[in-house]
Parts: sequence; C-alpha cells; structure tokens
Amino acid sequence: MVETLFKPGHTACAGCGQAIAARLVIDAAGKNTMVANGTGCLEVFSTKYPESSWGVPWIHSLFENCSAVASGVEAGLKYLGKKDSINVIAQAGDGGTADIGLQAISGMFERGHDVLYVCYDNEAYMNTGVQRSGLTPTLSNTTTSPSGSASLGNPRPKKPMPEIAAAHGIPYVATASVGYPQDIQRKVKKALSIKGPKYIQIHVPCPLGWRHESRMTFDVAKLAVETGLYPIFEYDNGKLIPRKITAIKPVEEYLKYQGRFKHLMKDPEAIKEMQAIADNNIKKYGLSATV
Amino acid sequence: MVGHLTSKPGSSTANKTGSWRTEAKPKFLKKNCIACKMCVLICPEGIISGEGKNTFYCDYAYCKGCGNCAAVCPKKDIEMVKE
Repeated sequence: MVETLFKPGHTACAGCGQAIAARLVIDAAGKNTMVANGTGCLEVFSTKYPESSWGVPWIHSLFENCSAVASGVEAGLKYLGKKDSINVIAQAGDGGTADIGLQAISGMFERGHDVLYVCYDNEAYMNTGVQRSGLTPTLSNTTTSPSGSASLGNPRPKKPMPEIAAAHGIPYVATASVGYPQDIQRKVKKALSIKGPKYIQIHVPCPLGWRHESRMTFDVAKLAVETGLYPIFEYDNGKLIPRKITAIKPVEEYLKYQGRFKHLMKDPEAIKEMQAIADNNIKKYGLSATV
Repeated sequence: MVGHLTSKPGSSTANKTGSWRTEAKPKFLKKNCIACKMCVLICPEGIISGEGKNTFYCDYAYCKGCGNCAAVCPKKDIEMVKE
C-alpha cells in the first residue's frame, strides 16, 4: 500500500473531494504535524470511533473553536521549545470556517500564532444535509435555500473569506482546488515554510450535495477554476499572485453537471447573472492569461 | 479524565470499504501509462500505488468505485469495468 498519513477505510462518500484534499494536505505537511480539526464531514468520516484514519496527532473539540485549540497547541509547543520542528494545522469545512468558527480564526490571526488554517470549501453544510453556509455560491439550490417559483436559490453572494483573512495582515493567504492537486501540495509546503498565521481555502466538490456524478469530482473542480467562478490565487505578504487561465470557458460548462444549479439551465437571465460573477472575478484577480 | 481517545494511528483500515462498490471497478490496462501519477493524487481513498510506467494498481479492499481515476487518466489507460 502507498505510504500516506491519511489511511483508507474512512467513511467518506465515493468520489469525496474533501477526502482527496485532506490526504494531499497532510501528506504535503509530513509526519511532524499536529492537527486540530473542527466539526464537519472530515471529522466525522475520518474518525469513526474508535478508529482513526490519521497518522498524526489529531484533536477534535467543537465546531467553533478549532483555531483556539490549534492556538493552544502552538503556544504549548513554543513553551516546550519544540515549535520549530513541528507544524500545527487547524482545519475545518466552510461552515466551521466562515460562519461558526470565524471569531476564533480572527483571534488566532490577530494574535499571530504560527498555525496553518485549511478551509475545505464544499460550499454548504454537507454533513448535516446540505444547508446553505456563508460560502454557498449565489443561486445555488440547498435545503435551506431551495429553488422554486418564488426563489432561484441562495440569494446572497459568497463570503470573501480569503480577503477577510488577508485583511488581518497575515503573511500568506491562498485558494486552491482539487482540480489542481500538485498546486495544493505546493501551497501547503510554501505556507508551512512561512512563520506566522496562514490561510488556505481549498475548493472540494461534494457529489452528494452538489448532485454531480461521483466520477466527476476532478472535472467539476477544474471547470470551476476554468470558468472563473472559483478563482485560484495567493496573497503573498499582501501581494496578489493569480493562477492564470489560458482558455476561459462559459459558466454553463461548470453549472450543467450539477443538480444544485439545474434550475438555472432554463433561465438565460440567471446564467447571465452567474457569468457576471465569473467576469467580475476574472477582472478583479486578473485571471486571464491573454489580457 | 480521558474522553474519546483513539491511540492507534491509521486504525480505520479495519473498515474494508470495498464492499461499498455497486457498479464498476477500475481496471488498470497498463498499456499507455506515462506514470503521471494523477490517479495516485486524485484517488479519494489514497489506495493507488505504483512507480514507473504501466505499474499502477489499486487495493480493491477499499476502492469505492467512484471512477475518478478513470476520468482523470490523460491516456485513458484506466477503464471502469462491471463487477
């Protein structure tokens, strides 16, 4: 069997994007790592009591305080004089990051703890049954923002979590995607080489909640980037470094594979609205390789 | 007090999730493989191994049959076949 710090036998759904990203992150970080994990799919499927998929020390406490736990671990390691040889990672899903865990994250960034925070962004509360979160994209159909005659789905834009992290003045902020696995590992290694708080947000498709075929996980993740709906970039000490797209695709290419956007396919006005979001991203982050 | 403590790392390997497969499993054709390792990187279970060209295989005891390895292979050298 291949050497990994995230063992098989976990109970993620077939084709789970988060399982892919979690393994890539921990394998890039290496065995001298301690992980604080917020509540969410990842915590539930990787540690079915009394078993664990993790090959590193791993702590779960609550939804809201994984950054606080990681801060304490980091402070403890510092006191013992071991911080230089041990990485600390705090990780949670998009709900545990953008909604419930936000104040603890903000505190961790502000106090300047040497911790890498990884947000696995599957764009809703998938573990509890696809309720909308602060990172659910516009017009997405979830169980608490259903589409129908009175609504087209989630009426609100996605919370700009990377910008919120960057506004704390932390040295490294990045977004990544399961569609670019080598890019995830490069960013984790780069982040861990920097001292201070770091934030990486990884786009992880959820076949169950997004209602796409399980074999489409990689393709859907890649299309989100290629259409401009999920911009990949880094803020290296505040300086924006985008990942350029050579051939930008229309947003329908991404939306058509997913049940959560199915209601938009017969609505040209809604498609226009989604295209405007993508166009805005392309302009804002300078994603086009040709311009 | 010690609460829920799991002291054995990687003990989830006791769950043979291969029984979850309902339709198809990947077949590694081992003909046009260029050893790009995209299947290794993208497997949600992390069970594909191999080093050089045409040497890759997976552990069917855990494979859930999601089909991402077949979808990601640039040389179409992995095929989903009926169980």
